[in-house]
Amino acid sequence: MKDTALEGVKIIEYCRTVTGAYATKIMADLGAEVIKIEPPGVGDDARRKAPFPGDVPHPEKSGLFLYLNSNKMGVTLDPKKGTGAEIFKKMIEDADVLVEDGSPGEMEKIGLGYDELKRINPGLVMTSITPYGRSGPYRDYKAYQLNTSNASGQANMLPLPSPSLDRAPVKPGGNLTDYDPALMAVVAILAAVFLKGVSGKGQFIEISKQEALINMQRVESVTFANTGVIMNRMGTANPMPGGIMPCKDGYVVSVSPEDHQWESLMELIGDPDWSKRDWCKDRFARAENAVPLTNLIVTWMQRHTKEQIYREGQALSCPIAPLHSSEDIVKSEQLRAREFFTEIEHPVVGKLQFPTAPYRFSKTPWQLRRPAPLLGESNEEIYCGRLGYSRDNLVKFREAGII
Amino acid sequence: MSNMNEGPLQGIRITEFTSAWAGPYATCLLGMLGAEVVKVESRRRLDHSRMLSFTTGVNFTGPDQSSVFNSLNLNKKSVTLNMSKPAAVEIAKKLVAISDVIVENMRPGVIGRLGISYEVAREVKPDIIFLSSCACGQTGPERKYVGYAPTFAALGGASFLTGYEDWPPSNFMGSIDLRSATTSAYAILAALIYRQRTGEGQFIDLASQETIAVMVGEVILDYIMNGRVQIRQGNKEDTMAPQDCYRCKGEDKWISISVATEEEWLALCSVIGKPELARDERFADSYRRFTHQAELDQIISEWTIRHEPYEAMEILQKAGVAAVPSMNAEDLFKDPHLKARGVFKLVDHPVVGKDWVTAPPWTLSDTPAEIYRHAPLLGEHNDLFFRQILGMSMAEIKTLEEEEIIF
Repeated sequence: MKDTALEGVKIIEYCRTVTGAYATKIMADLGAEVIKIEPPGVGDDARRKAPFPGDVPHPEKSGLFLYLNSNKMGVTLDPKKGTGAEIFKKMIEDADVLVEDGSPGEMEKIGLGYDELKRINPGLVMTSITPYGRSGPYRDYKAYQLNTSNASGQANMLPLPSPSLDRAPVKPGGNLTDYDPALMAVVAILAAVFLKGVSGKGQFIEISKQEALINMQRVESVTFANTGVIMNRMGTANPMPGGIMPCKDGYVVSVSPEDHQWESLMELIGDPDWSKRDWCKDRFARAENAVPLTNLIVTWMQRHTKEQIYREGQALSCPIAPLHSSEDIVKSEQLRAREFFTEIEHPVVGKLQFPTAPYRFSKTPWQLRRPAPLLGESNEEIYCGRLGYSRDNLVKFREAGII
Repeated sequence: MSNMNEGPLQGIRITEFTSAWAGPYATCLLGMLGAEVVKVESRRRLDHSRMLSFTTGVNFTGPDQSSVFNSLNLNKKSVTLNMSKPAAVEIAKKLVAISDVIVENMRPGVIGRLGISYEVAREVKPDIIFLSSCACGQTGPERKYVGYAPTFAALGGASFLTGYEDWPPSNFMGSIDLRSATTSAYAILAALIYRQRTGEGQFIDLASQETIAVMVGEVILDYIMNGRVQIRQGNKEDTMAPQDCYRCKGEDKWISISVATEEEWLALCSVIGKPELARDERFADSYRRFTHQAELDQIISEWTIRHEPYEAMEILQKAGVAAVPSMNAEDLFKDPHLKARGVFKLVDHPVVGKDWVTAPPWTLSDTPAEIYRHAPLLGEHNDLFFRQILGMSMAEIKTLEEEEIIF
């Protein structure tokens, strides 16, 4: 096995949402040891969520769970029970990072707030992820992904373009809204882990999903404050001919902000006569005529396949691309060539093609050290092997619903 | 505003050869966490976000007027080097020699042709961390393909999954680059931690389209497991119902409501004055509510349309229902919660003037992330780096300027 970047970094995950699980997955994939804590008996919510192979639900076969928890160990524990909290504290003693995504005050209520945990382990980097942060008037408000995507300005600008402001804003597809704040959280956590390597000290990090998402839209978010402009999902702020266009077998998207890119796009579609007229002479003229120009481009696109458009367009250095479905992603030659997919072996699911990571490190490549944990898979290893409980203790903990 | 780096990355120096959004915001994040970021740029070919905003459609007449550039390059320092001249490349190598991290986001191969490949950088600084970010990655048949945020969203699967069922899929603009940027930032941090432990640097190849594809992992697995191609489905998610944005009083005013549990469902029925819905067979469980969503949405809209979004939020949240207005940039800026949390921050910029920016997205208890300085003016730190740090004489610098090497 090759070296990993985060070798030796110990992380405890006590999370319920995709955000917390994905944040720790990123670090597990980079080589950190992540111990995921799941509720005894039922396990993580993601275990009950689709997709399942053959559409047959099974707690060890959820695609969402398998994806979010690769490279992690898993234990079951209920820290809300006294003995559970005691075991939790023992686990914290030599941890570098704790990531939790309970409501504000939830950890304090069970005696596991930062002040308490800091006493046990001053080097702990504790990260708390909440929808709106731990202070301010909305701190106790509830939010699911649809809500955070709207609370951040993200959904209000989607879909782009919308046919009319009478149609509702939509959230980004899949679980994108919960993935986003995970990226932001990892940046702060790893910066704090880096500092710990220098100073030995931990600290408390607060992540508000709403604010993480606002930061992902940081340019759009301040347009009103700075210029009084309110951008919306009609996409009229700076029209460029192109954008999302139907083609023979799907959709493509084209962007040509620079003159030479526009010229290659015109070359791609055969330098039509209309492209020699004044309405195409510079990007200002093109912006004014964006709608009719786009319609003319579309008539060409509709006669060609997305593959053809992609290859021929890119050969001319046109920033143009097909809209990939999951099938297209799996079949992408580029991703194949980059070994974006690997085959993993899971004890219950069997062999499975699996997406890897968006980076290639020259010395510490992505690797699968273990597939997602079975429910309570690491109980014995952690509780007996590391914390010194006996197997007899474990039986009693189980009876009491603690593990 | 203090002029000090007090964040956790204090003492780390990053030199960047980046433009647009994905490269600059990666280092901006690390700069907010205390790293010193040196932007190498040139009048010969300006970062286009200095000159115009694709987002707002504004064009500028000089390189220092852009609020977009300011937002994505806070805390940084700027030096100008015309990398088409060999003498400029030699100076750039001196910057590499005093850096911990190099970041570039040119088309694959270009930085190498300019004379600063990873191999060259490693010669002058053996433990250098070098990140190259581009559309499709440094390898593979499509490595030279060009793209912007919308093509990354398209190739990565985000566009295909987003939008109304009865309307083409959604485009995504610049914000998609910030996902790529954030991914670059955490990759660099992981490499810094590795270097801290082993003393070794390394090369990181980052592909923007892949940064998006990994965020639809479970959708990809649905295809792998079941051959199912998921498509856009508006605001629907699992069997959560009701779940949508509902029309409120006013123009383009909406409230997002999401119900996941029976408890929340009962609370919703009672708070909108329709307790009888709780006994309605059509809505007896979340699956039935999901299949009868259109009828349900009609009933809920009749209530929401009589309320302002903020008023509706208060009523619903008080009852324990997840609800929040669909905020636009004005709502965000005026929102009392975001105000209380200091989410927007006013930065003094010598040319732009007072410029609102978004504060760092994290609160760190001991070493806070900070915005302590506006984005640099073009070449603002030439003297600091070329004379004070690299030790060139004034005369030497003047000659280099005349020869358009420092340019």
